[in-house]
Amino acid sequence: MTMPIEAIIFYFFAAILVGAALAVISVRNSVYAALFLVLAFFTSAGIWMLLEAEFLAITLVLVYVGAVMVLFLFVVMMLDIKVEPLKAGFARYLPVGAIVALVMAAEMFLVLGAKHFGMERFPVPQPNPLGYSNTEELGRVLYTEYYYPFEIAAVILLVAIVAAIALTLRKRPETKFQDPALQIQVRKEDRLRIVKMDAEKRADQ
Amino acid sequence: MEFDILTLKPLLPELFVLTMACLILVADLYISEARRGIVHMMAMLTLVFVAILTMRSYGGAEQATVMVMNGTFVRDQMGDILKLAIYVLMAAVFVYAKHDLRHRKLFVGEYYVLALFGMLGMMVMISAASLLSMYLGLELLALSSYALVALERDSARASESAMKYFVLGAMASGALLYGMSMIYGATGSLDLLEISMAVRDLGSDDIVLAFGLAFLVVGVAFKFGAVPFHMWLPDVYHGAPTPVTLFLAAAPKLAAFAMAIRLFDLALGDMHIHWQGMLVFLAVLSLALGNIVAIAQTNLKRMLAYSTISHVGFMLLGILAGTPAGYAASMFYAIIYAIMAAGTFGMIILLSRQGVEAENLDHFKGLNKRSPWFAAVMMFLLASLAGVPPFVGFFAKLQVLSAVVDINLTWLAVYAVIMSVIGAFYYLRVIKLMYLDAPDTDEPINAPFDLKAVLTVNGLAQLLLTFLAGPIIAACGAAFGI
Repeated sequence: MTMPIEAIIFYFFAAILVGAALAVISVRNSVYAALFLVLAFFTSAGIWMLLEAEFLAITLVLVYVGAVMVLFLFVVMMLDIKVEPLKAGFARYLPVGAIVALVMAAEMFLVLGAKHFGMERFPVPQPNPLGYSNTEELGRVLYTEYYYPFEIAAVILLVAIVAAIALTLRKRPETKFQDPALQIQVRKEDRLRIVKMDAEKRADQ
Repeated sequence: MEFDILTLKPLLPELFVLTMACLILVADLYISEARRGIVHMMAMLTLVFVAILTMRSYGGAEQATVMVMNGTFVRDQMGDILKLAIYVLMAAVFVYAKHDLRHRKLFVGEYYVLALFGMLGMMVMISAASLLSMYLGLELLALSSYALVALERDSARASESAMKYFVLGAMASGALLYGMSMIYGATGSLDLLEISMAVRDLGSDDIVLAFGLAFLVVGVAFKFGAVPFHMWLPDVYHGAPTPVTLFLAAAPKLAAFAMAIRLFDLALGDMHIHWQGMLVFLAVLSLALGNIVAIAQTNLKRMLAYSTISHVGFMLLGILAGTPAGYAASMFYAIIYAIMAAGTFGMIILLSRQGVEAENLDHFKGLNKRSPWFAAVMMFLLASLAGVPPFVGFFAKLQVLSAVVDINLTWLAVYAVIMSVIGAFYYLRVIKLMYLDAPDTDEPINAPFDLKAVLTVNGLAQLLLTFLAGPIIAACGAAFGI
């Protein structure tokens, strides 16, 4: 049985994706972790491309890889994160954690295997007609069928902005800043002190 | 596709709250520190008007369920009753909170804005008719809650609990989303009604559905704070500033109830046998852990957090019955519990002074000598929480228990009664401290009139609702067709 080219591409991207995701949580250096996350985003964009979801794939690369992760890298580089204290209890919790993870993985394997999600359970998707625009279709359902969830998502973003500003914006008493209103009202007497003193003779004369 | 503006009519309450929250957000920028009371008044007026809007659309039992927005939003009687209860609770929360926010120098517009957005999230959850709007409503509520917990920035305790809440909440959201994706994978739909039809075709023993259901239960249990997904609750209740604990303790339980009903009954009603078992497990553990661990607490906020866990066990008992009577009993219980919880946290605020938070049991020592009136109010609240007749908490418990007995789970009802008797100990201990011990301080209680008035109403309601709760019980029953 020969593998169709789509399957080969899928497994190629999927393998890189899983490897990158594992690396994100296991590498010691947080800059590397952020870079692996970039790789993970990039390969998932590849998988989306395979699903003919071009708009989402490009958005993922532009927004997440291009903007969010770059900002994230800045933050990671500015923070002085000590990895050792974070890993303090790692060895102690590893056995229990590993057992739970293995049991869950086994259960998931049983459910998510070919029996329930195999190829024969789902019809082959019809290829899209010529001139089909992914962007247009997305926009169509986003502003009609999913208008309500879309609006709520917008409110969630607004809450995120309000929360971020409320939690970080503070007036520090030690911060120096200029007040133009006070600056233009300043008078000569406020700043300049004229001292009258007698002229003195030079000592060597 | 034609758009008719009238389809927005059932959404009027949500739209109004959103508009007012945005308006308050902007208006707050132009209001000076000294006039912050205007923000408070605007928030209160929002609640009054949104209640009128909801009442206008509330047509009683004969009014059919309305679905708009392509089946993502549903307006029905259960939703309207829960929303009205939430407005009343939020009004009480705002009145109680104002006093304490001033003490903490937290009397900022953001508290009101975030609380209103959180309320909007609850309303979206209550009216959600698709997995997508359910999840988004949940996130809206959760994000507002995280920010509110962290609002007291200079308190290490608040920041720590906000961090715990955020991390655990994100994991629970992930579990819920994973469960939803499984349900979607099995049924091919996000719409709760379509899912219920697909479940009927697939049969209740479909393993993918059961797998998804398990994750949905995790998400709902986390939102409720049921054992073993309760870890966040004591820390967050304890660490958050009291006005925020008040917000978290009261209204979100009603939203969690609606979420459980919509997901389990509406969408997965045919899988009752599966989720009943899971909820029995959660309820048994919650009743035991909540009541027993609360005995060891000396901090009142922590004690009330564990008491919440045990009451959640009772709410789950009604839901797991899977009968209209059980749902109605659970809904009534949730409403009554939220009123009691708001009152007890209000009492903590009443006794708090500038720089002193009356969160330890010792602060309630000899309250009877300082203020016999408020000692009586607190006694009413605690007795109602403990389920002592003739207070309304007893009748709420009775209804839930009778629903459980009706489905032949008598052992569960007996177990719940034994656990509440154990739990009664720590409520009675506070009453003993108030009446029999000598006070540490004889300082008079200074609080504004509105706080005292609402708290008095809240306390007396525990007694009066016993006789006047008929319409609420009838409405809860009518919401489920009985």
